[in-house]
Amino acid sequence: MKFTRKSLGIPYAVYLVLFVVLPLVVLFYYAFTDGTGRLTAAHFIGFFTDPNALGTLFYSFAVAMVTTAVCLLLAYPVAYILAMSPLKYKSSVVMVFVMPMWINFSLRITALKEVLTLLEGNLARFPFLNAVVGMTYDFLPFMILPIFTTISKLDGALREAAMDLGADEKQTFFRVTLPLSMPGIMSGVSMVFLPAMTNYVVLDMLYNSTYIMGSLIGSYFAAYDWHSGSMIALILLGIICVFTLLTDDEEAGAQRGGALL
Amino acid sequence: MRKRRAFGKWIFLVLMLVVLYLPILILAVYSFTDATQIGQIRGFSLQNYVTLFTTESLRNMIGGTLLLAFGSAAIATVLGTTGAIGAFYSKGRVGRAISTMNQVPVVNADVVTGFSICILLVVAFHISKDTYIPLVIGHVTLCAPFVFLSVMPKIRQMDPSLYEAALDLGATPAKALRQVVIPQLVPGIVSGFGLAVTLSLDDYFIATYTKPATFDTISTYVVNATKGAQTTIKTALWALSTVIFAVVILVVAGMNYHTARADRAREKAEKEGRAE
Repeated sequence: MKFTRKSLGIPYAVYLVLFVVLPLVVLFYYAFTDGTGRLTAAHFIGFFTDPNALGTLFYSFAVAMVTTAVCLLLAYPVAYILAMSPLKYKSSVVMVFVMPMWINFSLRITALKEVLTLLEGNLARFPFLNAVVGMTYDFLPFMILPIFTTISKLDGALREAAMDLGADEKQTFFRVTLPLSMPGIMSGVSMVFLPAMTNYVVLDMLYNSTYIMGSLIGSYFAAYDWHSGSMIALILLGIICVFTLLTDDEEAGAQRGGALL
Repeated sequence: MRKRRAFGKWIFLVLMLVVLYLPILILAVYSFTDATQIGQIRGFSLQNYVTLFTTESLRNMIGGTLLLAFGSAAIATVLGTTGAIGAFYSKGRVGRAISTMNQVPVVNADVVTGFSICILLVVAFHISKDTYIPLVIGHVTLCAPFVFLSVMPKIRQMDPSLYEAALDLGATPAKALRQVVIPQLVPGIVSGFGLAVTLSLDDYFIATYTKPATFDTISTYVVNATKGAQTTIKTALWALSTVIFAVVILVVAGMNYHTARADRAREKAEKEGRAE
């Protein structure tokens, strides 16, 4: 066979089929069968009729939504102030805000835990607050960077035009700058919301024993219950699909990449 | 009035920085004492650093994490780069299919990625976790898509006629690729590799579901250590956090210095170009 540039893609294509697509197929199979290999919807029905499981789903959404909102409220002003500032080395200054994410997250949460213990005495007193604080501390850089990137790329002439046409500073912000920074906000939200629904280690480390969706997978894994675990993974996958379609943009992935480096 | 508001903005930024860095800095200060809890006032001590670098389980865990990160990042870089070149030139359905599959681990939750790989390899195909195969595959799956994403824009920017020119001048496709195409992709490949290393270093979930019971990465080790009550290990991890913090600062400072120098060189070249 003649070598072409196309054939370079074959190893990776095969890899993706084997280790990205196939695992999901097997996940589907395990979620809808029982131990004897018989087809069953029991795990599916079981999840949606179990008040504990539904409570977990609800709690995950609550933690994720509050965390995302807090991250957005803190990150937007940071990104906005930096992007609009006259500083020469803006991107270096942003680096300082983003740098903590290169320190292993479990060590950062350890540090946070020590500080929270000092402040609160007993961490068990404010489980929900600690969950949100921990997640926000962990994910904030992922919100700052995409928003900063989007605002920095905005054409300043648009704001000037709005001002020239008689808009005051507030109107210019709410009707020009904010709508135009939506793509950055969206990719920030998609990088914070899903981890906040699933990163149960942050809760564990801060002594919050309430389950979120990720913890369910963890506990079924520990109990060798592959079928129930697969169903939870599948439900999460469904949520991720809906969420990705909602925040829909191809750039989100590239942004997550860009945000990390 | 205007000045006051500008001042307020800077206060806000500084406050945010304090919040972001205070926990790490407090831990760094306490790592140099023999306190077992922060808040205690104790004398200076390097004991935590001695423990960190002499305890075998800690040393193995650090070495293992680094080996895993650089090893899987290397594999991921080769796969992701060749995959991106292949996907770009196989226009149409095949290219789109590769890009779509590539997107799955990027948007997926790490818990789901790790669990599904464990189900496939360990539960369905009975590959022992002790072989490290599930762990390495898990980390390559986590990293390769990001290499793909950071190489792709560089391929798009490339002048397509260069490759044609190399062929016209008698290079074989393999040689044209090696000597003309790949060198132009180096910035994307390097940042993809760096990204892959950081992703692997930070991972907890994929490792938990796929690692051998006797092997630990920094994340899995730290999470287990916080559940136990061994204070010598606990405070040695403060030292580890401080060492990593120092390394991150050095790397970021180095990167900034590098880009600043490159920017200056470019500005200078542009000026000279205009002068001519």
